[in-house]
Amino acid sequence: MLSIVFVTGRILGDPVRIMVGVEASEERVQRVRDQLGLNDPLPTQYRRFAMGAVRLDFGDSFLQNTAALPLVLKRLPATFRLTAAAFLLAAPLGIILGAAAALKPHTPLDRVINVLSLGGVSMVDFWLALMLILIFAVQLGWFRTSGYGDGGWAFMTLPTLVLAYAPLGRIAQITRSAMLDEMSQPYIHVARAKGLSERRIVFVHALKNAAIPVVTISGDMLSSMLNGAILIETVFAWPGIGLLTYQELQRRDLPIVEAAVFVVAFMVIVVNLLVDLSYTYLNPKIRFQ
Amino acid sequence: MTQHTTTLLPKEERPSKAALGWIMARSLLRDPVTFGAAMIFSLILFAAVGADIIAPHDPLEQNLRLRNMPPLTPSVTENPFPHILGTDPLGRDLLSRIIFGARVSLTVGLSSAIVSGLVGSLLGIIAGYYGGFMDDLIMRLVDVQMSIPVFLLALFVLFALGPSFLNIVLVLALVRWMAYARLARGQTLTYRQAPFIESAIAIGSSNARIIGRHIVPNVASPLLILGTLEAATMILSEAGLSFLGFGIQLPHPSWGLMIASGRQYIASAWWISTFPGLMIFLTTLSLNLLAAFFRSLSDPVQRSGTLRAT
Repeated sequence: MLSIVFVTGRILGDPVRIMVGVEASEERVQRVRDQLGLNDPLPTQYRRFAMGAVRLDFGDSFLQNTAALPLVLKRLPATFRLTAAAFLLAAPLGIILGAAAALKPHTPLDRVINVLSLGGVSMVDFWLALMLILIFAVQLGWFRTSGYGDGGWAFMTLPTLVLAYAPLGRIAQITRSAMLDEMSQPYIHVARAKGLSERRIVFVHALKNAAIPVVTISGDMLSSMLNGAILIETVFAWPGIGLLTYQELQRRDLPIVEAAVFVVAFMVIVVNLLVDLSYTYLNPKIRFQ
Repeated sequence: MTQHTTTLLPKEERPSKAALGWIMARSLLRDPVTFGAAMIFSLILFAAVGADIIAPHDPLEQNLRLRNMPPLTPSVTENPFPHILGTDPLGRDLLSRIIFGARVSLTVGLSSAIVSGLVGSLLGIIAGYYGGFMDDLIMRLVDVQMSIPVFLLALFVLFALGPSFLNIVLVLALVRWMAYARLARGQTLTYRQAPFIESAIAIGSSNARIIGRHIVPNVASPLLILGTLEAATMILSEAGLSFLGFGIQLPHPSWGLMIASGRQYIASAWWISTFPGLMIFLTTLSLNLLAAFFRSLSDPVQRSGTLRAT
């Protein structure tokens, strides 16, 4: 992944022109290029980049003259805050809605939940963001239109809702189909025959067995929220990693972009690892050698 | 539903293709939500194909006296049609632009779904059929790709190559092919050991023939359903990329680009962003509903709920 970033970075166009301005003399351009090491042969540049990445050193920002990684890490809390809020809203609610739909399949309740979750999956999230801003921030004035502010409710509510809707729909869909599968298994009949309460059957027996696909999709959704928040963060001017990546990509400040991609990829890998590890807890038959 | 037993009816008792079509049409009529989705999607498709005839105004015709006019503004030219959905910052008719935008969005969405579907399915079938080294190689590629932030990757490549129709289609195909590869591989594996494949090998059919004549027809329907879902995803991704400034004009803007162009007027002229976004939402929603319907038709567990008394 990082190699892709490096390669595309080198063909993105010249960052120096943007830095020194179009009128700058050729001599000045060359001096800056030398300083940044952009005149070295590509293999040399790549070696320096790869060696640095291993040591978590992505070089200095072209434009800000400080190390790139700390600039990215400074944005982490905002991204974490938004993602955590949205995930804590989407996952439990999605599981509850999905399970409720599966318990009464082909009823009006199931239909409503179905359309609601399909709506989430089909939603144009950045458009929804604009619409909510228009209605609740501009017209009604309940929330702020954008920005981080003090990070309080006025700023957090709208981005959280928008970011949560698509994962909510997807998690509800998967929970529903996994629960439908489980509820038709023989052990459910046994549990009913034993006279267990329906609530215990659903929440203790069925839900635990349906957990693997649900946890898998929740992990997928969490990773996609970590990297897919670019659009939402841009619309709401939320100062997280997504907004930073987009802005620095436009300014062609490559070290920052490379560091940001590294941080996001790292978080995605951690989430995937946690999901894999949870399998052994959810299904003791799964063991890693 | 623990066990599926497949018994083949004698040929004369199997429903004919026409009868199956009739069953489908009937269950579609009985399901008002899906029926509505089918109608909406047909309408959008119709608008995209016949944009030149349907659009009441020229989508590129500017009229600076009519900048940012609200919906239902009467026309000032000899063209009698009012601007039903209002006009954009350059005084162009929004409805006509949306109709032409349908063409762009659908073309991009469908072609990238087809390209990634063909590539992904083929690789998945090869991985499942041949196993061994090919399987390892292809599935490792899938794993690698799964861990890459998709949207970021697409953004990068487009940033480097510049937005064009071909680039967008290729980028979208590049970031989504693994969904098909996984499904196709899993499906192929379930048939790999089936008696009819063994018999085909025994009578000396070539690998290409077995894949083409025996595997592909069996794995096609879940892949087609996935393709329908993916077309919706592609339209959404294209809209997102357009919104960030990587949209294309061919020569008309896609819906995503139209949302972006209305963003700065959101407080004063809400209609510029609202209607194109609504169109994207309706398109993806109806595609998703149709995919759910097709799946319920092909899945015997769910079919009992959909196809009563047939």
